[in-house]
Amino acid sequence: MVPVHHYLMLAAVLFCLGLFGVLVRRSALVVFMCVELMLNAANLTFLAFARQYGDGAGHVSAFFVIAVAAAEASIGLALLIAVFRSRGSINISDVKTLRH
Amino acid sequence: MSAEVVLFWLFGICTVASALVVVGAKNPMGSAMALVATFFFLAGIYVLLLAHTIAVLQILVYAGAVMVLFLFVIMLLSLTGDERHSAPTLMKVLGGAVAAALSGLLGSVFRQWIDVPPASSPAQLNAGSLHAVGALLYTQWLFPFEAVSLLLLVAIVGAVVVAKAKI
Repeated sequence: MVPVHHYLMLAAVLFCLGLFGVLVRRSALVVFMCVELMLNAANLTFLAFARQYGDGAGHVSAFFVIAVAAAEASIGLALLIAVFRSRGSINISDVKTLRH
Repeated sequence: MSAEVVLFWLFGICTVASALVVVGAKNPMGSAMALVATFFFLAGIYVLLLAHTIAVLQILVYAGAVMVLFLFVIMLLSLTGDERHSAPTLMKVLGGAVAAALSGLLGSVFRQWIDVPPASSPAQLNAGSLHAVGALLYTQWLFPFEAVSLLLLVAIVGAVVVAKAKI
C-alpha cells in the first residue's frame, strides 16, 4: 500500500507548479488555470489527511473547495471578458491602471 | 509491487507531466486540454485515496462544467498563442526560486507523516463513500452547505452582471 506521505508530496509538487505558473505566465486565462491547479493540490492534501485519519471532514472540505473553485472560475472568466472588451487584450501586463 | 503502487506512480507521474504542460504550453488551448487531463488523473488518485464521492465530483464539476467554461472563453476571445511580452527573466528566476523554496518547506513539514500508518478500521475506510459524506454534509455541515449554495447563486448573478456589456 502507498504511504499517505507520497500523496502529500504529490500535492506539494502540484501546488508549487501552479504557483510558478501564476508568477510567470502573462496570459490571465493561463493564470486562472494555474490557480485551479493550486486549488486541486489543496484538495489532494485534504483527501490525503482524510485517508490518514479516517475522517469524513476532509471529504466535506474538499467538496466545499470544489464549489468555491466553480464560483471563482465563473466570476474570474466574466472579469476576463469585461477586461478583453475594454482593452482588447487579457495580457496582465496591459492591465495596470491602478499602478499609476 | 501491488496494483495500488503501480497505479499511484502511473497517475502521479501523468498528473505532474500534464500539470507541467498546463504551465508551459504556448497556446491557451493546449493548457486547457492538459488541465482536463490533469483533472482526470487526479480523479484516479482520489479513488486510490478511497475518496469515491470527490473523484466523481471532480470529473463532473471540474472536467465537465469548469473546463467547458474555460473552453468557451478561449473560443469567444479567439486567443492566439503569442504572449506579446513574456515575463522578464528575473521574474522567471524569482518565481522558480519561490516555488522551489515552498516545495522544500512543504516537503520538510510533510516528513513527520512519513512513517505514520493510515487509519484502517472499516468505518474509517468508508469515510469517503457517498453515504458517509452525505450524512455529514446534511447534519454537521448543513450551514456551510447552504452558505455555499448562496455563494454559487451570487457567482451566477455576478458573472452575468460583470460580463454583460449593457444591463
